[in-house]
Amino acid sequence: MEEKREILLDIKNLEVTYQNDGETVRAVNGLSLVLGKGETLGLVGETGAGKTTTAKSIMGLLPKKIGKCTGGSILFEGQELLSMDEKELRSIRGEKISMIFQDPMTSLNPVIPVGEQVAEALELHNHDGRTREQIEARVDEMFELVGIPKARKHEYPHQFSGGMKQRVVIAMALACNPERLIADEPTTALDVTIQAQVLQMMTKLKEEMGTSMIMITHDLGVVAETCDYVDVVYAGEVVESGTVEDIFEGKAHHPYTAGLFHSLPSMGKKKERLTPINGLMPDPADLPEGCFFHPRCPGCMDICKRKKPDDIRLGTQTIKCHLYGKEEPQGGCAD
Amino acid sequence: MGKYILKRLLWMIPVILGISFILFSILEITPGDPAVMILGESAPPDRVEALREEMGLNEPFLQRYVTYVADALHGDFGSSYRTKLPVFDEILSRFPTTLKLTVGGILLVVILGIPLGILSAVKQYSVFDNVSMVAALILNSMPGFWLGIMLVLLFSVKLNLLPATGVNGWNSYILPCITLAAGMMASVVRMTRSNMLEVIRQDYISTARAKGADEERVILRHALRNALLPVVTIVGLNFSSLLGGTLIIETVFNIPGLGALMITAVRSKDIPLVMAGVLFVALLGGFINLFVDVLYVYIDPRLKSQFVRGKGK
Repeated sequence: MEEKREILLDIKNLEVTYQNDGETVRAVNGLSLVLGKGETLGLVGETGAGKTTTAKSIMGLLPKKIGKCTGGSILFEGQELLSMDEKELRSIRGEKISMIFQDPMTSLNPVIPVGEQVAEALELHNHDGRTREQIEARVDEMFELVGIPKARKHEYPHQFSGGMKQRVVIAMALACNPERLIADEPTTALDVTIQAQVLQMMTKLKEEMGTSMIMITHDLGVVAETCDYVDVVYAGEVVESGTVEDIFEGKAHHPYTAGLFHSLPSMGKKKERLTPINGLMPDPADLPEGCFFHPRCPGCMDICKRKKPDDIRLGTQTIKCHLYGKEEPQGGCAD
Repeated sequence: MGKYILKRLLWMIPVILGISFILFSILEITPGDPAVMILGESAPPDRVEALREEMGLNEPFLQRYVTYVADALHGDFGSSYRTKLPVFDEILSRFPTTLKLTVGGILLVVILGIPLGILSAVKQYSVFDNVSMVAALILNSMPGFWLGIMLVLLFSVKLNLLPATGVNGWNSYILPCITLAAGMMASVVRMTRSNMLEVIRQDYISTARAKGADEERVILRHALRNALLPVVTIVGLNFSSLLGGTLIIETVFNIPGLGALMITAVRSKDIPLVMAGVLFVALLGGFINLFVDVLYVYIDPRLKSQFVRGKGK
C-alpha cells in the first residue's frame, strides 16, 4: 500500500516559531507528514497544537516578521516551498494549493459580490488567456457544483447563510482545480446538519476533481467520515500517524490518541462521566523536556521525562512513544 | 433608495426651521439696536424710532419671526441693513471663494491623507510610519490660526514665494488650503492607518492572499474599501465644519469669503444677512450629510439591504 502512494507533499521536521515580545513561541516542532495524490489526510489535535500554523506555513501565509519557519522542509511536487520567493509562492497559492479557512462568516470580503470573489482566483491564475465570458461561465459552473443558484453570484456575503457562505468559500478554493486543498476546520463554524452537507459535498468534489486534501479538524467524527490517513498532532509534532483504520480500530495507540477517544461521549457504554485528558497543552513558549506529553500522560515512565521518544513503526502506523520500544507493544495506555 | 433620499430631504425642513428659530431668538436677545447701528450712535432718537417703525422692529418677536419665515418661503430673505443689497446676492458673490477654499482643503485631505495612512499601515513600525505618525500628532495639536501665521511668515515673508493675503490667482489659495486641511488631514492619516491595520488582520485578507493575490491587490482591492467607511464619515462630517472653519482662515489671510462676510454681519447686527448666511451653511451641511450617507451605501453593500428591509416594513 505504502509503495503505491504518489507523494504530492512531503513535510519533514518542520519547525515554526512566533516571536512575540521577546518570547519565542515554538508552535511547530519537527512536524513531518506525507500527502499522496488523491488522498485525504486528517490533521487532528487540540486547539493550539499547531495545525493551522502548519497549514499557513505550507501556504506561506505566516504573519510577517512574527512567524518564521526555522527548520525542516516542505516539498511540493519535489519543489522546496520554504525557499521560494513571494512571487513563486503566489503562482502556487490558489492555483495548485488552495485553502479553506476556519470561519466562513469572516473569510469572505463583505464589500465584494461573491461571484467576483470566486472569479478573482481564476483571473489571478489565467494562463490560458480565458475571456471574461469564459471566466464567468466557470464561476457559474462552480456555483452549480457547490449547490448555489448561479443567479445569486451578484449578491454580497451578508445575504448568504453560514452554510451557503462556506459553499462559496469552497467554490472559490476549487475554482482553479487545485491539486491540493487545505481545509482548516471547514465545518467547525457550521451547525451539524449543514456540516454533514458540506462534508458530503467536499468529498464528492474531491473525488470528481481528483484533489488531495489535508483536513484540519478537532472533530474525530469528521475524520472518520472523510479521511484516508490521520496524523494526530500534539504540541507541534505528530505523535501518531496511520490509516484511518489504524487510528479508529487499531490496538496500539499513543496515550494522547487514546485520551482523545476516551474523552468522546459514547452511545454504547453507559458512563457517568467522560474521561478527559487531565491538564492543559504545554505552553509552547516553555515546552517540557523529553516527551512533550509526559506531564499529562497516565502511563508516564522515567525515560519519558528525560528522552524524547523516536517514531516507532508498527505496520502502517507510526507512534512517537516510549511504550512501544523494540519489543512488542505491551498494551499500556492503549486500552 | 429614492424613498430614503426623499425622506431625508423632508426631514431637513423641520431642522432648518428649528435652526432659524433658535438663531432668530439669539439675535433678538443679543444687545444692540439695528436702527442705531445703521444711523450711528449720535443719531436723534426720533429718527431712530421712525426707522424702527419702518423696519418693523417694533412688532412683537413671534410676529416678526413668522413674517420672516413667510417672506423667506417666497424667496425673499431681505436686504442687508448695511449695504441695502439683497442678502442672497451678497452671499452668492462671496460663496465661490469659500467653496474653493473648502474644496481645496478637502482634496488635500483626501489626496494626501488617505494614501499616507495606507502607506503607514502597510509599513507599520517603519521609519516612514513613525515619522508620519509624529507629524500627524503635531499637525493635529496645532491651532489653525497659528499654523496659518507661521506659514505666512515662512513662505510669504521669509521666502517670498506665495502671497500672504487676498485672492489674486490660484497661488493665493495654497497657504489657506494647507492651513485649513492640516488638522483634518492629520486625523484622516491616523484613522486610515488604524482602520487599515484592523482590516489587514481580518480573515478575508488571508483568503485573498491564499488565492494568490499580490500585496498591492490585497491592499487596494480587498482592504481599502473596508477601511474607508469610518474615514468617509469623518471627512463628510468635517466638510460642513470646514465651511465654518474658513471663518478663522479667511480672517487670518484676509480673504473676502463667506466667513469674513458673516463676521462683519454679526458685528454690525445685520440680522437678515446673519440669518441667511447661517441658514445657507446649514442647508449645505444637510445636503453634504445626505450625500455622505448615500455614498456609504456604495462603499458598503451591507447598508443597502438595511434600506431595503426598512422599506419592507
